[in-house]
Amino acid sequence: MQCPKCHAPMHTYNRNGVQIEQCSGCRGIFLDYGELEALTRVESQWAGPAAPPPQQGYPAAPAPAWGAPQGGHHGGHGGHYGNKRHKSFGHMLFSS
Amino acid sequence: MTATPLLSDLTTRAKAKAHSRTHPRSCPCGAATLTDRPDGTVVRHADTVAKAHAPDTARTELTARLTVAARLPGVLLPPLTPTPVDLHGRLVTFWPYGDPVDPENPDAAPWEEAATLLARLHRSPAPPGLPPMRGPAKAARAIARLRATIPQPATEPVLRAWAALPAWARAEAPMPGLPGQPLRPTLCHGDLHLGQLVRHPAPDGPWLLIDVDDLGVGGPAWDLARPAAWYACGLLPPDEWTRFLTAYRAASGPAVPADGDPWPALDVAARALTVQTAALAIVKATAADRPLDDVQQAVVDACTRMGS
Repeated sequence: MQCPKCHAPMHTYNRNGVQIEQCSGCRGIFLDYGELEALTRVESQWAGPAAPPPQQGYPAAPAPAWGAPQGGHHGGHGGHYGNKRHKSFGHMLFSS
Repeated sequence: MTATPLLSDLTTRAKAKAHSRTHPRSCPCGAATLTDRPDGTVVRHADTVAKAHAPDTARTELTARLTVAARLPGVLLPPLTPTPVDLHGRLVTFWPYGDPVDPENPDAAPWEEAATLLARLHRSPAPPGLPPMRGPAKAARAIARLRATIPQPATEPVLRAWAALPAWARAEAPMPGLPGQPLRPTLCHGDLHLGQLVRHPAPDGPWLLIDVDDLGVGGPAWDLARPAAWYACGLLPPDEWTRFLTAYRAASGPAVPADGDPWPALDVAARALTVQTAALAIVKATAADRPLDDVQQAVVDACTRMGS
């Protein structure tokens, strides 16, 4: 679909099991009916005392001692692989 | 962008080469500059790409690398011509155009395909006379650029992490073999990242590796070390790293043991590429007079932890 604001193409991402559309131009986000509530629900589960661990497709992979702390909230960036994932993918993972 | 004589003549050469492959009247004649940097200028004309290599590129070494690309179909994109031509003192090569990975769509990244191509490359025999893989030399060059930049708070931990690496990873000694065993010469890409994969024929042909400038003989762990470093720095989610590693092992890649912890085999190269990435991040941020962003800071933080 096209962004209603700047008309650039929008790409679909899966965030905590919720499909959201993000514009490749202005980075605006489009939520379908009920998706905001679904995201809020997931977020409150994270904050809650009996929050289950996030479902991952693989058991924890080994990492070196100098690696970043794995999983959970990290440095106030809204989760370990939120905005940083998209930014690092677009820039760092393509340059030499 | 100011068109330099090199860029404008490279554009003309790309057009001429494209028209020698396709009848000019059926050519859509779309031309675009894909890259214009001191270490390489790349121009596309329709289905043809012309690349002017870095000024210090040695002809015999580049020709040996082109020969490898021509002889590994299904792994490396083959060049259109077997030898480079001269243009304004630079060596120029011609390639078919392939569709790159979409930087805007992390979910579509071909991690399994990248890993399988690397495993097949690493299992291919290295022809005699092929020069060394240039990964460590590129890391050393990044450190030289950092040392030529006004020191920043992040500079010191990066240089300390660099100094802690073994000499071979700093391009100061040949890579040693295991005790009692000769080093098996392995064919390596030397600069693997997601910009080094294209689909050819575009848009839905098989994925292939491109850019042979750093290709050569060396330790294959270097080719896995960028994804490993991104994962270790918290930039690549664990499941994507695991997909990549699992596919490499499934294709019998020799850089890591078939199962168990891969980090003893990956650690030195992943540390070297983390240091290289951090050094270039500081150089670029300083030149642009802006602070490190959180992605760049994550790589510097990993260098700091290496020293602790």
